[in-house]
Amino acid sequence: MFVSILQQGDFLIASIHAALDDSELMRFQKDVMAEIANHRAKGVIIDVAALDVLDSFGSWSLRNLVHMARLRGATTVIVGIQPEVAFSIVELGMELDVTTALDLENGLEYLESVTTGHRAGKSMLGVLGSHDT
Amino acid sequence: MLMSVPDDRRSDEEESVDEHRMLPELVAHLRQHRTELREDWARRIEASHLLHAMTPQEIGSETSSVYDNYVEVLETGSVDALQRYARDLSERIIPRGVETDEVVGIVLLLRDVLARSLFQKYQDDFALLNRVLDAYEPAANRIANTVAVSFVEERERIIREQQDAIRELSTPVLQVRERLLILPIIGVLDAQRATQLTDQLLRGIRIHRAKVVVVDITGVADIDTSVANHLVKTVDASRLMGASVIITGLSSDIAQTLVRIGVDLSKMNTIGDLQGGIEEAERQLGFRVIRPEQG
Repeated sequence: MFVSILQQGDFLIASIHAALDDSELMRFQKDVMAEIANHRAKGVIIDVAALDVLDSFGSWSLRNLVHMARLRGATTVIVGIQPEVAFSIVELGMELDVTTALDLENGLEYLESVTTGHRAGKSMLGVLGSHDT
Repeated sequence: MLMSVPDDRRSDEEESVDEHRMLPELVAHLRQHRTELREDWARRIEASHLLHAMTPQEIGSETSSVYDNYVEVLETGSVDALQRYARDLSERIIPRGVETDEVVGIVLLLRDVLARSLFQKYQDDFALLNRVLDAYEPAANRIANTVAVSFVEERERIIREQQDAIRELSTPVLQVRERLLILPIIGVLDAQRATQLTDQLLRGIRIHRAKVVVVDITGVADIDTSVANHLVKTVDASRLMGASVIITGLSSDIAQTLVRIGVDLSKMNTIGDLQGGIEEAERQLGFRVIRPEQG
């Protein structure tokens, strides 16, 4: 599998290193959910920087994963979306109503600000949707 | 003088041999009467009101060069030198507003002046005149063609250069503070430029690690609905890359277009002018601009 799920304090960093097919994506989804439960993670970062294409199923399952993690109590942010991917997601008309950040560093910054609540950094970041106050 | 009427059955080979014999005679004639023919030509140019962007002295020197080049092409049959000269001439006169019809016009005038002089010289011998013209016409046509094509090519080259320059200049991405970019857009925002804008913007976010981007469209008068949609998509895509976009300086026409296509205004952050946009961006990034008290 071309994915890794690492623990970093209270957070999980799930990286996708190469394009995944549909079944691999489903498996990735299940693994992340299991790891959230195992580590009692408060936040998850999904790093897609290595992907230069993302089809509609891919973005749909990432969005679902973000919402599922939310239900399990972990704030999730997607980081490293490439310019081409960003525009194709919008071009396909997919509402990716999830929090996004430029890269891993910004993603961590964001998670720290929302989980400890001592920094009002949310407005600085790209936020689609307003369901994660 | 014993001359036969040109025979229709002459082969091509004979014709070309004939051409080789006629051309030197022709060239000698044109060299001999250079001064008067050139002056006649200059007078005709003036009478036709061509090249009014140039002074009489300039016309004088250019007509001499064109004349000599013209005769040289007739003599050698090679248009290379003429082509070079025509390019060079075009480069000099295009910036001064000389039009294609003027350039073609003066070459055709010269062709006419020379042909008339040939008519005059050989008027007593119709058969010989015919053969002279057989040699002269194709060469003269080739010269007119060469000059016109060179001129148009030079013109197109200039246009291409200008297009490249415009394209390069059209969407600058400027960093004004850490993680704050400005994209000033001036002129017509068509589909091609909008695509370029998106490209530059998304790449700029990545390169400069921008969090806030101010897109200033004060200099854009109006956009059509497809470009408006494209702009909204660009804002969404920037958000996916973790940057928020502030659009400033919307004209009332653009505002109307955006409302007409039913943009979700909660997703679009727009502010009246560039100053307000930068202030809002600084606020989002936590910058504060303080004027030092003057003691």
